[in-house]
Amino acid sequence: MSTLFKTNRRDFLKMATTATGGLILGFHWNSAEASSMKVLDAAVLPAGDINFNSYLSISSDDVITIFSPNPELGQNIKTSFPMIVAEELDADWKKVKVIQASLDTKKYERQLTGGSGAIPHSWERLRKAGATAKQMLIEAAAKRWNVSPASLKAENSVVMDVAGGRKLTYGELATEASSITIPTDVKLKDKKDFILIGTAVHNVDNLEMITGKPLYGLDFYREGMLFAMIQRPLSFGMKIKSVDATAAKAMNGIVDVVTFKNNVAVVGKSTWQINKARKLLKIEYEKEGNIESTSDHDRIFKELLDSKEATVRRKDGDVDAAFKSAAKVITREYQCPFLSHSPMEPMNFFAHVREDGVELVGPSQTPDLARNEIAKLLNVAPENITLELTRLGGGFGRRLKTDYALEAAELSSLIKAPVKVIWTREDDMSGGSYRPAVRYRFEAALDANGNMIGYKLRGVGINVGNSTREDNFPSGAVDNLLIDSIEHKSPITTGAWRAPITNFLAYAEQAFLDEVAVAAKQDPVQFRLNLLERAKKTPVGAIKYDIDRMKGVIELAAEKSGWGKKKNIHQGFSVYFSHRSYVAQVAEVTMKNGKPMIQKIYAAADCGIVVNLSGAYQQVKGGIVDGMGHALFGNLTFKDGAVEQRNYNSYRLIRMKEVPEVEVHFVNNGIDPTGLGEPALPPTGGAIANAIFKATGKRLYNQPFNKQEEMQGVNLGERM
Amino acid sequence: MATYTLQINGKSLSADVESDTPLLWVLRDHLGLVGTKYGCGIAQCGACTVHLNGSAVRSCSIPVSAIGVGKITTIEGLSEKGDHPVQQAWSEVDVPQCGYCQAGQIMSAAALLTKNPKPTKEQIDTAMNGNICRCGTYHRIHEAITLASSKH
Repeated sequence: MSTLFKTNRRDFLKMATTATGGLILGFHWNSAEASSMKVLDAAVLPAGDINFNSYLSISSDDVITIFSPNPELGQNIKTSFPMIVAEELDADWKKVKVIQASLDTKKYERQLTGGSGAIPHSWERLRKAGATAKQMLIEAAAKRWNVSPASLKAENSVVMDVAGGRKLTYGELATEASSITIPTDVKLKDKKDFILIGTAVHNVDNLEMITGKPLYGLDFYREGMLFAMIQRPLSFGMKIKSVDATAAKAMNGIVDVVTFKNNVAVVGKSTWQINKARKLLKIEYEKEGNIESTSDHDRIFKELLDSKEATVRRKDGDVDAAFKSAAKVITREYQCPFLSHSPMEPMNFFAHVREDGVELVGPSQTPDLARNEIAKLLNVAPENITLELTRLGGGFGRRLKTDYALEAAELSSLIKAPVKVIWTREDDMSGGSYRPAVRYRFEAALDANGNMIGYKLRGVGINVGNSTREDNFPSGAVDNLLIDSIEHKSPITTGAWRAPITNFLAYAEQAFLDEVAVAAKQDPVQFRLNLLERAKKTPVGAIKYDIDRMKGVIELAAEKSGWGKKKNIHQGFSVYFSHRSYVAQVAEVTMKNGKPMIQKIYAAADCGIVVNLSGAYQQVKGGIVDGMGHALFGNLTFKDGAVEQRNYNSYRLIRMKEVPEVEVHFVNNGIDPTGLGEPALPPTGGAIANAIFKATGKRLYNQPFNKQEEMQGVNLGERM
Repeated sequence: MATYTLQINGKSLSADVESDTPLLWVLRDHLGLVGTKYGCGIAQCGACTVHLNGSAVRSCSIPVSAIGVGKITTIEGLSEKGDHPVQQAWSEVDVPQCGYCQAGQIMSAAALLTKNPKPTKEQIDTAMNGNICRCGTYHRIHEAITLASSKH
């Protein structure tokens, strides 16, 4: 067995030095200030402590190498980041090579994946990085030809002197460019001149992925490395009382069984051997905290919804007076279960704790956090810890947590050997950090004319500080409003799950507003537009969403879906603002043999400028499939502190047969990119629930939809 | 422990493993063929799909001792340069997001098209229903299979 990962940062730096006379530009990601950029001679690079945050290099044979610092988990950042640099550089995309950077806080900042924030955060600095390098290449050519830089232009990795009929490639100019003083005020392209941005560019890792190359954490192997699986308590709220590992230790290939914290680690020479041995562990547990079941949560939710003690998140006007004077009051409650993140690649991490430092390899959305926590845990200086980022086989927020990296590091320090800790799917589903279960109560007060004069929302979440988004629509459009929340603390671990909070809140809110619109005798689309108009003309309190952008997606979705104009097709509407972007959706349901079937979903998205059209289309489609699958099927329940679903035979994920047609449209408004990894997911559940209501007259108040009484005898995933 | 010699991707490869070791872990831990992925271990997700005598099977649920002289093809052996019609279609349609499940998807699709070169929409749905894609690339998987089928 040999090391399967050949390229790491050090290898690349070596490669750079051996390339003859290339340009290596270190540009500072912390600041978009060109003054902090410096051109480095290739030979200087391996000297170690370089105070720059990323590298764009151009070799003399015209290969342009761009490091991509952020963890790639399917959001396509490894393609779209370099596209932005290449656009302003006017690079020949066919000659661009992209390398995943390891964790390096000296060179990069915000080296994490979460919050749909990478492109919005880096847009400006990536453009400046490309433009600066281009400017230097043009100046180098101008010097050589003794002409004014203004008379030259760059295109497709070539600098051209149009009048003189001369050309030089970037590779030919790279060495000379490296001695040019760094320009401080580079001109960025006019957005209408973009050549690469806005086109459909294929994933840079396609060939590796479709040929099965080692890319993921689980694919990391090293000569002499040990394998480990960890038995964690099956019930939250329990701790280890005693461990008998005699039988497990006697199994073939088992090197050791180590107990630390609440973990019993079986360490051995192969995955299958440790998997077999762990089943022979005899572990007794004892109670440490509350032991909760889903039935307890159902009860707790109802109690807390009526509690007098809630944290007020937003208060406008006088809700009590408004509800007293109302002609009609509508009160509805919505509940969602826990969900597993279930990335297809289960948790895993490689750690080698040595005398002189720590080596970590694996999939993480937050490598910097992982390293800092491991530094603290092992009492090692962070600079003595390296973390090589692999590709992530999905994340969905699970890999924002660092538990699986920490336990690998702790285990390696205990056994003093290199070890890869592997979670089975059962470990993954029972081992914690779930989308929290939440229950909401919405109340609306309508006057005699159907105007919404009062609005109340209370969220009760399990391990969720604030289960609301108090400043989201319709806040600002209602005179009297109260939004508050209550948290129930539980030993069941929870965390951010793709589009945290809004992944369920959006459904509840949009389903509720649909019901209010019907009660107010208004078309659901017009109802929302009227509220937005109201918020624009006479805003109530602070408005933290962009009214025009929200209106834009509502109108585009209505137009593209032929809202209200179709016969025998039942449409449901939903719109949501999350993570800086806006997405409206229309779901279409038809009735066949008396049963509703989801046929099609239209989406109109405003994420500002679309960087990569191919990635963006799929990001929206994938978000909708994700939102639909979990709204219909996702259900993680607890009995005596333990999850009742431990693998895909009982925890249902959406499959190909169940996926409806999806049609995606983008609002092209030229705004700088605002993120797309999450915003397409939240509106889907609401659009579907509202369409089902249109088709059947039945409202769905709980997820998963398929388990609701209203849907008895209906498999919403079934299509004919 | 026993030595098993398997016919994989046109080569004879040997591994010294226990008889109940699933083919998946022989490929990954012992033969360095890591393109075949672990997803669930109970034949529910399809990430570990390989071909056994031309048929798509879940390698997580076949013990090494059951394979005998059967011919195994993994993603690494589907084509020499990644240019199998299904792989080409995958690239042309730009299917992968995180990519983890895609080797299994491709192996299921390739086996389908060998048996049924012109599958209907429903036949594609049925053949691919055992492969989960958590990113939700199902539309593109479908499109790529249709594209590969049109070039047959």
